[in-house]
Amino acid sequence: MQISGAVAPAPPSSGLGYGPPTSLASASGSFPNSGLYGSYPQGQASPLSQAQGHPGIQTPQRSAPSQASGFTPPASGGPRLPSMTGPLLPGQSFGGPSVSQPNHVSSPPPQALPPGTQMTGPLGPLPPMHSPQQPGYQPQQNGSFGPARGPQPNYGSPYPAAPTFGSQSGPQPLPPKRLDPDAIPSPQLSELPPQQKTRHRIDPDAIPSPIQVIEDDRNNRGTEPFVTGVRGQVPPLVTTNFLVKDQGNASPRYIRCTSYNIPCTSDMAKQAQVPLAAVIKPLASLPPEEASPYVVDHGESGPLRCNRCKAYMCPFMQFIEGGRRFQCCFCSCINDVPPQYFQHLDHTGKRVDAYDRPELSLGSYEFLATVDYCKNNKFPSPPAFIFMIDVSYNAIRTGLVRLLCEELKSLLDFLPREGGAEESAIRVGFVTYNKVLHFYNVKSSLAQPQMMVVSDVADMFVPLLDGFLVNVNESRAVITSLLDQIPEMFADTRETETVFVPVIQAGMEALKAAECAGKLFLFHTSLPIAEAPGKLKNRDDRKLINTDKEKTLFQPQTGAYQTLAKECVAQGCCVDLFLFPNQYVDVATLSVVPQLTGGSVYKYACFQVENDQERFLSDLRRDVQKVVGFDAVMRVRTSTGIRAVDFFGAFYMSNTTDVELAGLDGDKTVTVEFKHDDRLNEESGALLQCALLYTSCAGQRRLRIHNLALNCCTQLADLYRNCETDTLINYMAKFAYRGVLNSPVKAVRDTLITQCAQILACYRKNCASPSSAGQLILPECMKLLPVYLNCVLKSDVLQPGAEITTDDRAYVRQLVTSMDVAETNVFFYPRLLPLTKSPIESTTEPPAVRASEERLSNGDMYLLENGLNLFLWVGASVQQGVVQSLFSVSSFSQITSGLSVLPVLDNPLSKKVRGLIDSLRAQRSRYMKLIVVKQEDKLEMLFKHFLVEDKSLSGGASYVDFLCHMHKEIRQLLS
Amino acid sequence: MATYLEFIQQNEERDGVRFSWNVWPSSRLEATRMVVPLACLLTPLKERPDLPPVQYEPVLCSRPTCKACNIDMPALIKLFPSFQFPPAYGGISEVNQPAELMPQFSTIEYMIQRGAQSPLIFLYVVDTCLEEDDLQALKESLQMSLSLLPPDALVGLITFGRMVQVHELSCEGISKSYVFRGTKDLTAKQIQDMLGLTKPAMPMQQARPVQPQEHPFASTRFLQPVHKIDMNLTDLLGELQRDPWPVTQGKRPLRSTGVALSIAVGLLEGTFPNTGARIMLFTGGPPTQGPGMVVGDELKIPIRSWHDIEKDNARFMKKATKHYEMLANRTAANGHCIDIYACALDQTGLLEMKCCANLTGGYMVMGDSFNTSLFKQTFQRIFTKDFNGDFRMAFGATLDVKTSRELKIAGAIGPCVSLNVKGPCVSENELGVGGTSQWKICGLDPTSTLGIYFEVVNQHNAPIPQGGRGAIQFVTHYQHSSTQRRIRVTTIARNWADVQSQLRHIEAAFDQEAAAVLMARLGVFRAESEEGPDVLRWLDRQLIRLCQKFGQYNKEDPTSFRLSDSFSLYPQFMFHLRRSPFLQVFNNSPDESSYYRHHFARQDLTQSLIMIQPILYSYSFHGPPEPVLLDSSSILADRILLMDTFFQIVIYLGETIAQWRKAGYQDMPEYENFKHLLQAPLDDAQEILQARFPMPRYINTEHGGSQARFLLSKVNPSQTHNNLYAWGQETGAPILTDDVSLQVFMDHLKKLAVSSAC
Repeated sequence: MQISGAVAPAPPSSGLGYGPPTSLASASGSFPNSGLYGSYPQGQASPLSQAQGHPGIQTPQRSAPSQASGFTPPASGGPRLPSMTGPLLPGQSFGGPSVSQPNHVSSPPPQALPPGTQMTGPLGPLPPMHSPQQPGYQPQQNGSFGPARGPQPNYGSPYPAAPTFGSQSGPQPLPPKRLDPDAIPSPQLSELPPQQKTRHRIDPDAIPSPIQVIEDDRNNRGTEPFVTGVRGQVPPLVTTNFLVKDQGNASPRYIRCTSYNIPCTSDMAKQAQVPLAAVIKPLASLPPEEASPYVVDHGESGPLRCNRCKAYMCPFMQFIEGGRRFQCCFCSCINDVPPQYFQHLDHTGKRVDAYDRPELSLGSYEFLATVDYCKNNKFPSPPAFIFMIDVSYNAIRTGLVRLLCEELKSLLDFLPREGGAEESAIRVGFVTYNKVLHFYNVKSSLAQPQMMVVSDVADMFVPLLDGFLVNVNESRAVITSLLDQIPEMFADTRETETVFVPVIQAGMEALKAAECAGKLFLFHTSLPIAEAPGKLKNRDDRKLINTDKEKTLFQPQTGAYQTLAKECVAQGCCVDLFLFPNQYVDVATLSVVPQLTGGSVYKYACFQVENDQERFLSDLRRDVQKVVGFDAVMRVRTSTGIRAVDFFGAFYMSNTTDVELAGLDGDKTVTVEFKHDDRLNEESGALLQCALLYTSCAGQRRLRIHNLALNCCTQLADLYRNCETDTLINYMAKFAYRGVLNSPVKAVRDTLITQCAQILACYRKNCASPSSAGQLILPECMKLLPVYLNCVLKSDVLQPGAEITTDDRAYVRQLVTSMDVAETNVFFYPRLLPLTKSPIESTTEPPAVRASEERLSNGDMYLLENGLNLFLWVGASVQQGVVQSLFSVSSFSQITSGLSVLPVLDNPLSKKVRGLIDSLRAQRSRYMKLIVVKQEDKLEMLFKHFLVEDKSLSGGASYVDFLCHMHKEIRQLLS
Repeated sequence: MATYLEFIQQNEERDGVRFSWNVWPSSRLEATRMVVPLACLLTPLKERPDLPPVQYEPVLCSRPTCKACNIDMPALIKLFPSFQFPPAYGGISEVNQPAELMPQFSTIEYMIQRGAQSPLIFLYVVDTCLEEDDLQALKESLQMSLSLLPPDALVGLITFGRMVQVHELSCEGISKSYVFRGTKDLTAKQIQDMLGLTKPAMPMQQARPVQPQEHPFASTRFLQPVHKIDMNLTDLLGELQRDPWPVTQGKRPLRSTGVALSIAVGLLEGTFPNTGARIMLFTGGPPTQGPGMVVGDELKIPIRSWHDIEKDNARFMKKATKHYEMLANRTAANGHCIDIYACALDQTGLLEMKCCANLTGGYMVMGDSFNTSLFKQTFQRIFTKDFNGDFRMAFGATLDVKTSRELKIAGAIGPCVSLNVKGPCVSENELGVGGTSQWKICGLDPTSTLGIYFEVVNQHNAPIPQGGRGAIQFVTHYQHSSTQRRIRVTTIARNWADVQSQLRHIEAAFDQEAAAVLMARLGVFRAESEEGPDVLRWLDRQLIRLCQKFGQYNKEDPTSFRLSDSFSLYPQFMFHLRRSPFLQVFNNSPDESSYYRHHFARQDLTQSLIMIQPILYSYSFHGPPEPVLLDSSSILADRILLMDTFFQIVIYLGETIAQWRKAGYQDMPEYENFKHLLQAPLDDAQEILQARFPMPRYINTEHGGSQARFLLSKVNPSQTHNNLYAWGQETGAPILTDDVSLQVFMDHLKKLAVSSAC
């Protein structure tokens, strides 16, 4: 994308996003230009398509979508989700799945679609220019021909030419859009708030808007299923609702890459500085319309693998010699096909049974593992859940223990089970602890549970075997009796000290004794100061912030935690930690074990049953019920030329290739970085295969395989054209958040800025058409990189504000480490939804607005969410009726600030808002507690923290400022 | 005039004391020439139904170094000249003498009213690595025992297997226990910390006055009055399961006996030091892990045998013994005692653990299974009551021995530990546990007997005037089972005699039974630390020297050798002692040896003599049952023999009798007398079984039966396969042994005694 109007050799045609010079006013508003949006399919045929140099390649498929897909202009505010229905037509070149192929029918949006939007034709809309055979794009093209996304029109609004720089601006047909902080007078000067008038002369509307990009992608790509048959396609954005049809490549729900077109050589890659990374979520949960991966049973011989590189059979393997051999697509080794696997080839060289076998036709599938893939050459036992409850004074006082015990009674009926199993195979055990540990024998034959106290915390062991881990249904009476008695037993406790390491050790030892993998649910309240291994001291010191020693705040206090974590991983013991701190608990240290064992950390500061019950219980329910794989090992294989070199996420690695995960659930993501170690071949592309060996919750040992084929390029432009900024940000955030462990925060920030500047400078130098050095030109695919990067830079971890505690920073740091792309996207750039703008009848989410205070109207209310927090901001002059119908009070002043629950009222507005809140919560993996914030209230400070386009109190730059800074950096690099 | 025999018996009846010499040689030199030391067997708590305790406190001799309790006879006033009657005795007159001054009250018992009374404590330490039957039987025995305990006694329960569990008895609902790793040795402090018995330091300092009330509260979680929790504990015992940890093929279960005992000791140490308490350990196998392990868990490596020990091949023995000794000493210091009930077919490590019972006065019971009457009855018998309805057990006793100045104390052998009280009457020469005039006996019963050894220190050139008497006073402080503190004082006086002029007197006053037992105790005591042959040699030499000293013979003429009546049995005792399991380890496991020695060191004279020389009764149609020689010649075809070795009761039917019984004559009305004959030894055996503690092994066998070996191994092998035909006799049964017979032994003895060579 270019911001400056210096490029665009072709004159703007009707469809393209370069507004006419006269459209100044419209550019500053929202997006009234419906015409721009209609242009997507034709976008390729418009000046851009000419630029792509596709003469004559126009295929029927290409033209088909342009006729078929209709777009509703976003200005209407309505959703635009025409869906494609029906199976693929036979004879489709990339169709033809076996009968068992999931033919999904997307659920149409509630809104009636105009008949024209229904697309029943062949799967045309695959942007054909993604096919590898395409000739290279012309390098001077900027990102506006991003293959998948429609051009971003709105900052096409021209500025008056700035005479101060770029003296050659004159001849351009369009007034260049320039970002020069010094010289460009903002056209909207008069409309801006007075304080901004003096500071910025750049129109905030003229800079790339995340909202707009998201909207466009929704409109353009949310309509048809994303079919994975073609190599190197960029999937729709994570914010877009779309369906996936697996036709040989893994769904973007499983793997997303920073770029779908990899430079052939490491020199190119180094030049571009674009990190090559994949964000992998091996056990991602799928929408109900998409079938989960098929399970393939190859019997005793186990899955078929390449003899040399051990890659698993996948659709890219080449069968040769009439099917008697196959050539490994990763290492080119030629292997014999075992007799029982032999099948003839058809005339195209494809196996006749290719569509009957998921491993030959799909991107994602599972193998049943044989005993060779099991620990100790023994099939695993079903896993176990152990609930370990802090019963020290704090936990009792807050009512946590009572609440938890009450909840567990019913929650135990919802343990994850496999497929249609009648009851869960998972066994459960219970431990309570303060300074000592109490184990419970809940054997079904007992009339009463038995408690066993272990006070030897220095040298932990499990005091019982039989009766500790039990089947819920068999021991229900005893368990219920236990859960009834726990709160009573400790009701009078005076014990305030707790231990931590021995607790996990006990759980791990219990699993070891039972010879199974499993998960520990730890409910903990305080800094473990009791005399025991892993004893901690309060080392919180705000003075360290912005010093070289700041990194120590993120590092664990002692090595005991890492040692313990390693043992846990070896046993397949995953730890989920629920923290209920009143003060500093040293999350950085306590989260080491959950982090390394693939567990989750939940933190409820100053927990009070009345206020936080809903949030905690909801998180707990979800956490207990979610499907988990245990004792997992993940390995990413790549075709010769690139190699996985670095891994980010919640796991442990004992060598450089195997990602060991004691537990892995559907929310956990592993980001993998690749580096070249040889040349890649444009012809054959680059392949990724992610193989995950795990034990299912029923105790079945399985291998989940995800395959993804990427394109390779010799032209940098191809790289820039096929990037995905959201994934890039995911990688960069994780990279930076790991960096703070070892380097001062400032150095980490600088590294990020430098890298980003280099990426953009490289584009400018090599891909963009020559133009004034004073012009900021961004690749279309990366035009949001600056705004998002700025959000990362000013996040709590990298730039803490005064109100952020050390624990919060450590907490967020470890959360981000295993976030997927959708989560990082909204986490760094929160969603801000106006509540009264859209008609009350509309059932869809209102279109978001940019996260900036100046977008807030004091007559409206807004919901803001970032995946962890949820605010309802109420403007000071919001209508009284609205206040009444939502809060059941008569005026703005009577609204309780900090309210966390909206009253249940029977009116459309209340229902709608509450419904919207519920639907937002449903989209996130953690329950977001609502906080009602009133304008001008002191809580507003907290809220404003999330308005990320603004300057932050902690010194974070505003979007505009940062963009200027970026520009400066780029110019420096270029000169 | 009463004979010495009557005098001795009377003294034993009254005071529970038997001296080796009842007239004392008056000089050190002469005394050493007597060979058998001046010593006595003391049964401190001998039952005296005719001796009611007096209700006041004893008066002490005011000389600080003496502190003798009081005086029994006016004559003794001379011996303790500094004695002053205190005011309490103001009303003394010829007719109203205090009990101390009456001759029949040479032993007197005082009750002390002072001091807080603390209840008795019984802490059960139960092995759960048992077979299902065994565990069930043990559980039932334990449940039964609850009804036998005094209602206000405190009980506690510790179970162990791979782990050790200390059960909390006070809680309702959930049963709660503290669990310890069985492999880790913990200090008493750690144990108390982990059981939550120690209050944090800060509050304790602040709330010192409140602490006494808190203290019992903390401990009562584990030790509760029987009457409060008997239901609860019965249920808890009922729910006891076998140790759940899997034991793979070819392995022993992991048994943490060492840690369990350590925790039991630590628990009582922290909560009830210096009060009467029994730790009762029930174990069904050897400790296999942790401190005090005796054998590894690999079944293919057997538990150590005497052979291994001699070859220095018992790799765990030293360490384990050290562990248990440390525990035993701590327990003794706390005044508690440890009982060991070991029931298993194989050894259980009694060798290593013996000190626990030996040093603390606890019981040691060895059986094949908890599911035998041997164990069940023995266990029940612990809780029998005396004629007053009190338990026959006492706790935390200290025995203080005082002597008149011609004597010094050389040591004691018995279930006691030294209190290391040095004094002028403590000899430098130690016999047994010496170097002290006070011993602690943590647990004792009316039959517990100590051997106490003295040394005459009077110099030859300072003769004692004619008619002078030596005096010894035994003062035993103890906690009666009714929890009262009591003091029993026994004062003994014997005449001094000049050896030159009065050797006859001294000889006549020799108590050969007491002497045999006292010498045997010395021998067994030595055997614990010395090589078996050395001990035998020492015994032999002593015997020969005694014969030389007191025999009448012509030099170099064995046939002329004679011993007077008061010595005549002594060589025979020695002969049997040499063959006894106390000195011979052949055919006995180390555990068995330890078990036999344990009982030998604590039983009274009668029982000890039975152990040395078993009693053999013969039943026949020829007359009433008669004691017969413990000799193979007593084994006749038409007799029934009843042998009592203390540890075994053997009924042996002669060949003919066995045939008759097989033919079923006893069921025929016309042979009713045969039925009676068969029944008679059974009845007598039953009588012994009823009275004996521990219950003996009861063996009913017949000629040719495999169990007949118990009899054959004990009798004097006067007929063996070597001499059977030479003797040409038809009576008796030959014993297949190479052991020497009593006759050969005596021949050698005579020869050596009369020879001038040695």
